[in-house]
Amino acid sequence: MAKRDNNINLQTSSLLIRVLIGAFVSFMAVFILGPLVWLALQAFSTTWTFPNLKPDGWTLIWWKRVFETPSMVQAIKNSFITAPIVVLVSAIICLPAAYAAARYNYIGRRVFLIGMFAANSFPKLGLFASIATLFYTLNLMGTMVGVIIIQLIGTIIYMTWIPAAAFAAVPRNLEEAARDAGASKFRVFRGITLRIAAPGILVAMVMSFISAFDEAQGTYLVGSPQIFTMPTEMYSLVLTYPVQIAAVFSILLAVPSVVLIGLARKHIIGGQLAEGFQIK
Amino acid sequence: MSNATLGLELVGLTKVLGGRVIIDNLNLTVEKGEMVSLLGPSGCGKTTTLRMIAGFLIPEKGTVNVAGKDVTNLGPEKRPSAMVFQNYALWPHMTVFKNVAYPLKIRKMSKSEIEKRVHEVLTVVNLMHHKDSRPGQISGGEQQRVALARALVQEPDILLLDEPLSNLDAKLRVKVREDIRDLQRRLGITTVIVTHDQDEALSISDRIAVMNEGRIEQFSTPQELYDRPATEYVANFIGSLNRLEGGYSDGQVTSGNEVVGIRPEDVTFSKTQVPGSHAATVELVVPRGHFYEVYLKRADASLRAFISIDVPKVGDTGFAKVNKALVYKDGKLVRTA
Ligand SMILES: Nc1ncnc2c1ncn2[C@@H]1O[C@H](COP(=O)(O)OP(=O)(O)O)[C@@H](O)[C@H]1O
Ligand SMILES: [Mg+2]
Repeated sequence: MAKRDNNINLQTSSLLIRVLIGAFVSFMAVFILGPLVWLALQAFSTTWTFPNLKPDGWTLIWWKRVFETPSMVQAIKNSFITAPIVVLVSAIICLPAAYAAARYNYIGRRVFLIGMFAANSFPKLGLFASIATLFYTLNLMGTMVGVIIIQLIGTIIYMTWIPAAAFAAVPRNLEEAARDAGASKFRVFRGITLRIAAPGILVAMVMSFISAFDEAQGTYLVGSPQIFTMPTEMYSLVLTYPVQIAAVFSILLAVPSVVLIGLARKHIIGGQLAEGFQIK
Repeated sequence: MSNATLGLELVGLTKVLGGRVIIDNLNLTVEKGEMVSLLGPSGCGKTTTLRMIAGFLIPEKGTVNVAGKDVTNLGPEKRPSAMVFQNYALWPHMTVFKNVAYPLKIRKMSKSEIEKRVHEVLTVVNLMHHKDSRPGQISGGEQQRVALARALVQEPDILLLDEPLSNLDAKLRVKVREDIRDLQRRLGITTVIVTHDQDEALSISDRIAVMNEGRIEQFSTPQELYDRPATEYVANFIGSLNRLEGGYSDGQVTSGNEVVGIRPEDVTFSKTQVPGSHAATVELVVPRGHFYEVYLKRADASLRAFISIDVPKVGDTGFAKVNKALVYKDGKLVRTA
């Protein structure tokens, strides 16, 4: 008898937990997905008046408008020029540093990585303002180079921390075996270390791309009024255009992040590189 | 130009690591085509020595000569040696074929030449069927053979192996060590192998260098090491030993200030007295597989004996004879009796 009661108790409590979890998940879904759904619908609606549950009509006119407005097209172009360059430059500067931090003396590595972290935790705007002053004297305000440099700053943390961990995870004797086989230090780095650390570096590149692509504060400060990227174009756009245009632009802004994360995920989890890591 | 008759020569090697002298004025000469083991307990400096030969460590003092050429200050990529690492160090992102082809690719060989050579060496180590597998997909023994193939394909003047069998299970270990020895003989390749396993060293080496705290205690053939261990340390390390303090005369341990080493296999037991034997009681009999370890009590000493036929029982009385004893003074062999 007692055992039976216990069972029933257990069942009701587990049911309760399930209901609670279900409620929490649906709440979060509405909270996170709700605005996104609203955004997606807005981008294709003629108008959407308040009490209605769905838009009054469907249209592609807003997409056409976006791609016919020169300033917006230019902003899209700028974004897709600066972000890849930022990633590339960041990789060229940071990867050797990350490698050094991972391979050479332990204390130096801690100091370096924590320094990076500390620098990144300062309010960015203060840093940007002082950089802007410097840029005035260097004539970098309102230039692509200036924008690229300012976007670079936010990527450094990703391009050092993640690859440093990836490099540190490459067994040292894999490099030694390549040296022994006759490869120069540089060739070992290129053919062995970089290849084995590739998944981590890929993640760092994706994070850096998203960071550069989404960067608005510094880009606005340094770039405007000559150079606008998609996020900074948003600032003027939400004030002067209908909400549907902003919705279209938001979706365009989200596309690269979603695509890149999807690709990286497939490459890292399903790829041959992951399989290689099973070796002891 | 490499000299065709010279193998490896280490002269006065000294290495300091972490403020400690790890290798202390080490000398070693390996003939061309010879297989030499560096044998010693963990931490005695075997790997450090091997890494100085390979070029991963530069000695503070001394020189490394390979095939008559001084390579002391060359990086590993410039040395005519090839190493098999303890945990194989295969590149996980390359197939077996690519792992083995890598050294040749660096040497800028033509594609067809590379293919031919890699196929040859993979056939030698019996791995052609795995040439397109990745290291993560094959067994430990197979990985070991890939590592060996990657070293052999370079046709090195000297082959270096760091505990190549320690990650294999006991049965495979015996087979693989015989395979390695067979291959080494066939190719006539000068080889230095590091091991802490005396069985391994005794069974595959032409000569063994027994190491102790960064020095070589004795460098001899397996037979010589076993029969005439030059120091007490070597006698203890190789084989089994009854170690008794005192002197030795007329087949008996006497009082004295020497150390008497008696191999358990040099002690015999019989029911009847023979010349040189003395009364003994059996105190303990321990089966050891193909022989028994018998603890004998004599008036002069307690002795362990390895006996495989006519094994006595506990409590039996009879006569024990010492056929051979090694006598050490201050750790050094002074005589055998
Ligand atoms: N990089 C290093 N720094 C300080 N000590 C080291 C270093 N490498 C090895 N040692 C020390 O040198 C000694 C010999 O090491 P090793 O050659 O690996 O021994 P073995 O291979 O015989 O086990 C050990 O006591 C080890 O702790
Ligand atoms: Mg070792």
